[in-house]
Amino acid sequence: MNIFFAIVRRDVMLALRRMSDTMSVLLFFILAIVLFPLGIGPELNVLSRIAAGTIWVVALLAAMLSLDRLFQIDADEGGLDLLILAPLPLEVVVIAKCLAHWLVTGVPLIVSAPILSVLLNMSSDGFLVMIVAMVLATPTLSLIGAVGAALTVGTRRGGVLVSLLVLPLLTPVLILGASAVDLALAGLNAVPLLMLLGAVLLVAALLCPWAAASGLRLTIE
Amino acid sequence: MPTAMLSEHHARVAQNNPMVPPVSNSILEARDLALWRGERLLFQKLSFSLGASEALLLSGPNGSGKTSLLRLIAGLIRPTSGVVFWCGAPTNKHERFHNDLNYIGHLDAVKPLLTVAENVEFWSTLRGGDAVQEALNHFCLREIANLPARFLSAGQRRRVGLARLLAAPGKLWLLDEPAVGLDEDSVSALFDAIRKHRAVGGLVVAASHGDLPLENAQKLVLPEIHS
Repeated sequence: MNIFFAIVRRDVMLALRRMSDTMSVLLFFILAIVLFPLGIGPELNVLSRIAAGTIWVVALLAAMLSLDRLFQIDADEGGLDLLILAPLPLEVVVIAKCLAHWLVTGVPLIVSAPILSVLLNMSSDGFLVMIVAMVLATPTLSLIGAVGAALTVGTRRGGVLVSLLVLPLLTPVLILGASAVDLALAGLNAVPLLMLLGAVLLVAALLCPWAAASGLRLTIE
Repeated sequence: MPTAMLSEHHARVAQNNPMVPPVSNSILEARDLALWRGERLLFQKLSFSLGASEALLLSGPNGSGKTSLLRLIAGLIRPTSGVVFWCGAPTNKHERFHNDLNYIGHLDAVKPLLTVAENVEFWSTLRGGDAVQEALNHFCLREIANLPARFLSAGQRRRVGLARLLAAPGKLWLLDEPAVGLDEDSVSALFDAIRKHRAVGGLVVAASHGDLPLENAQKLVLPEIHS
C-alpha cells in the first residue's frame, strides 16, 4: 500500500511541477466550450439543447491530450523498466498511475464542467447529475486511456494514435453521460443511467489494468 | 566445472576464479539461453551459474547483446529458449525475485523535475529500502541533494541512478555499463560499493564493452554478430 501511494504521490507531484502540461488540458476544455456559443450564435434554446452533449464530447477530447504522456515519459527516461521490476504487480502500478492521472485531469474537469455549463445556458437542474456522472465517467476515461497509452509506448506521434484507439471505446461513456444529464434536464429519473455508468467503471477497473499491464510488457520487449 | 559457456565457435570463455563453488551452491543460473532479436540470433547455448559473492562480467562489442542478456536475466524480455533460475526456481515463477533484484539500465531513470533526494527516495520506497542518506553520501550527492535533477550533468545523473543500488536492498545487481560517464572518484565509489555488496554475499552481473575492475569475476565474452 505504501508503494502504491508513493507512485501516486510522485506522479501528482510531477504533474504539479509541470503545470504547463497539466493546465493545457483544462484550458483546452474551457476554450473549446467557449467557442461553441461563438460559432453557433447566441440562441439560448439551441445552446441549452446541445449543452450536455457538448460538454461531454469536449471533456473526452481534452482528456485525450494528457494520455500519451502517461507511460511515455517513464519509458523515455528508463523508469518504466524499474516500475515493471518493482516488487508489486504491474497491474497495481497501472492502477496507481491511473489514479494519479485522474487526480490531475479528471478532478479539474469535474469541477469546471458545471461552471462552464452556465456558458451554454444549461439549467441548474442538471448540475447534480452532471457532477455524479462525471465522477463515475472520468476514472473510466483514465483506465481505458491507460490501455491505449500502454499500447502506444514507443510509437512516434503516439498522441493521435492513443485518441484513435481510445475514443471508440469511450462512446458508451459519452452516450450514458450525456443522456443522463439530458434526462435530468427533462425532469426524468437519471439514476438507471448513472448506475450503468458505474457498471462501466467497474468493468473498466477490472479489465483495463490487466490489459494495460500486458500492453506494457509487450512494448518494452 | 560450472562456468560461463557458449558454443565453441560462438564465443570464447574466460574463467579466472579458482574458487568456483559446485553447481548446487549456485544462486543465479542460466541454462541454454538463446535469444533472437529481430532477424538476428544474438546468442545461443549460453549457460552460466553464479554463487554467493560471485560476479560475472559480460563483455563484447557494441550490439553483441550484452544489454539484451541483462534485460533477459531481469525478466524484461523473454528468452527464445532456455531458463534463468534464481535460488532454484525459474525467475518468472519465483515470488521474491523482484525483491532481490537491483537493475541499473543504460538509462538513469532520473526525473528531471524531482530533486536528487526525491529521485533516490522514490525508488528506495518502491523497493522497500530506507538507506537514502547512506546512498547519497556514498556517491557524494549530499551537496546537491536538493537540486532539481534537470540541472545535473550526465555523470551526476548517472550517480543518482547508481545511488538506487545502495538505497534499497537487493541480492542481485544487474549493471549495464555502470561506469560510463563517471569521474575517477565516482568509479572508485562504485567499485567500493560492489566490493561491499559481494562481501555480504551479493551477486553482480555487469556488462561493459571495456574492462571493469571486478575481482575474481567470471568472464563471458559475447561474440560479434555477422548477419
